[in-house]
Amino acid sequence: MGKTIIPIGPYHPLQEEPEFFTLTVEGETVVDIDMRMGYNHRGIEKLSEGMVFENSTFVVERICGICSTSHPYAYTRAVEDVFPMEVSMRAKYIRTIIAEGERIHSHLLWLGLAGHFLGYNTVYMWAWKLREEILDVMEILSGNRNNYAMFKPGGVRRDIRAEDIPICLKKIDSIVPTLIMLKKAVLDDPVLHARLKGVGVLSYQDAIDFSALGPTSRASGVARDVRKDSPYGAYQEMDWNMIVTQNGDVFDKAVVRILETVESINITKYCLENLPDGEIDANIKDVPVGEGIGHIEAPRGETFHYVKSDGTNRPVRHKVRAPTFMNLPTYKATIVGQTISDATIILAAIDPCYCCTERVAVKDDRGRMLYNGQDLVRLSREKTEKMRQRMGGK
Amino acid sequence: MTRDEVLQDLRERFGEDILEFTDKSPTRVYIEIKPESIVRMGTYIFRNLGARFNIASGTDMPPVIEILYHFIIEDLNLLVSLRVKLDRENPEIASLAKEIEAFNWIEREISELLGVTFTGHPDPRRLLLADNWPESVYPLRQDYVEWDETADRTRGV
Repeated sequence: MGKTIIPIGPYHPLQEEPEFFTLTVEGETVVDIDMRMGYNHRGIEKLSEGMVFENSTFVVERICGICSTSHPYAYTRAVEDVFPMEVSMRAKYIRTIIAEGERIHSHLLWLGLAGHFLGYNTVYMWAWKLREEILDVMEILSGNRNNYAMFKPGGVRRDIRAEDIPICLKKIDSIVPTLIMLKKAVLDDPVLHARLKGVGVLSYQDAIDFSALGPTSRASGVARDVRKDSPYGAYQEMDWNMIVTQNGDVFDKAVVRILETVESINITKYCLENLPDGEIDANIKDVPVGEGIGHIEAPRGETFHYVKSDGTNRPVRHKVRAPTFMNLPTYKATIVGQTISDATIILAAIDPCYCCTERVAVKDDRGRMLYNGQDLVRLSREKTEKMRQRMGGK
Repeated sequence: MTRDEVLQDLRERFGEDILEFTDKSPTRVYIEIKPESIVRMGTYIFRNLGARFNIASGTDMPPVIEILYHFIIEDLNLLVSLRVKLDRENPEIASLAKEIEAFNWIEREISELLGVTFTGHPDPRRLLLADNWPESVYPLRQDYVEWDETADRTRGV
């Protein structure tokens, strides 16, 4: 049978972000895949090198809109590792609350999208409804539904007020029964079983060879979680389970994420109930000469930041590695031999986030910053004006 | 193996290859090695010590280009970073991607952004940069200058 090449992307209704896949198919079966990325470069690593240590926190927060806290968390830990130093216990608890709240909303977002990709929009509606409650909690705690701006090297920027805690606990408690119901409904659903079991299997050995991360690896039986392996934050303070399943198919990846959401709810509740007193910020002044590595477990896997300091107030090198950078290549191992109708959900199963993965090209010149916020507003106005003129409007 | 046994094992097995051994903190170790030893040592740490490959990070520090290969031994919570220094005029190092799939993308990234040649890479295409990006222009080098004369980089500040 002859081979056919099917392009998906770079802009395609199925994808939220630009990414180009070339699927080689024989009949219905995918026999080869090629990936091309780089349509969304922003130059964040280079940009960060032109900024003072504290400001880089906000730049990396904007790498990803969904796991917006994982990058500042890894970055602040990298800067603290240059010393090396530890932050106060209260700051650790607050960081853990924010990071786990983000995991809950990110996993629910994924669950909804996965349902949507399968044409199962009931799951989508239910999951996103639950997610809304968590976003409300995050808004109470940080003032923002996303991009919380809570982190700084040496601690956190904003304290949690005692009077907010009961409100947050009540809101979190209110979603638990619905989440349990949704969990049962999804895990027992014959339609989802038929659609997802045995689809897109990532073997144990492949998960090792690709150094797959997060839920993608844990669904293949690789017990790998930075929160357990390299404890940080408040994760050692309470009991919680690392969710590991053995089959490596899309169904198991869904199971891992759903059960993890429940664990995250317990962690968040424990931290809110047992928040210790103390300072929230160590007020670090000068970062010494040296290098530091910070890595944390983001919703999609380990986020890794490397910072090199030469004793000035700016990093000489800031390397960012998002989990999708390691997880996306596993698509090569999971898609071959599958039918083309499963291609979408197999890809969605790693919870890809391209905007995190692509952040390295250059938009500035010799390390100097080219644009600030006002410039961007001005540029966008100019562009709109140009378009208006071209279209003959007023 | 315990942490000390692993480090002792590395010291004995690769004594010839190690140039500098920095035991920075209980969870971080930096080992500077000869560039020609990277494949033997990287494969040993990945396969025999059961480490996971985090990522590699390249830095342009004239007159050398430094690459750090970060591995984590999860059971010990130990991050081992192998440091190699390459000649900036002709940066070349053997590829690990043919042995271990996880190195594939990052070697492509470092090669286009810093201009390091990874000899024996199975798929040495560009990863991130655009197709019309000129050859031999490396954005993460210290001496990078703007090449695109048509680009609108109006600053207005």
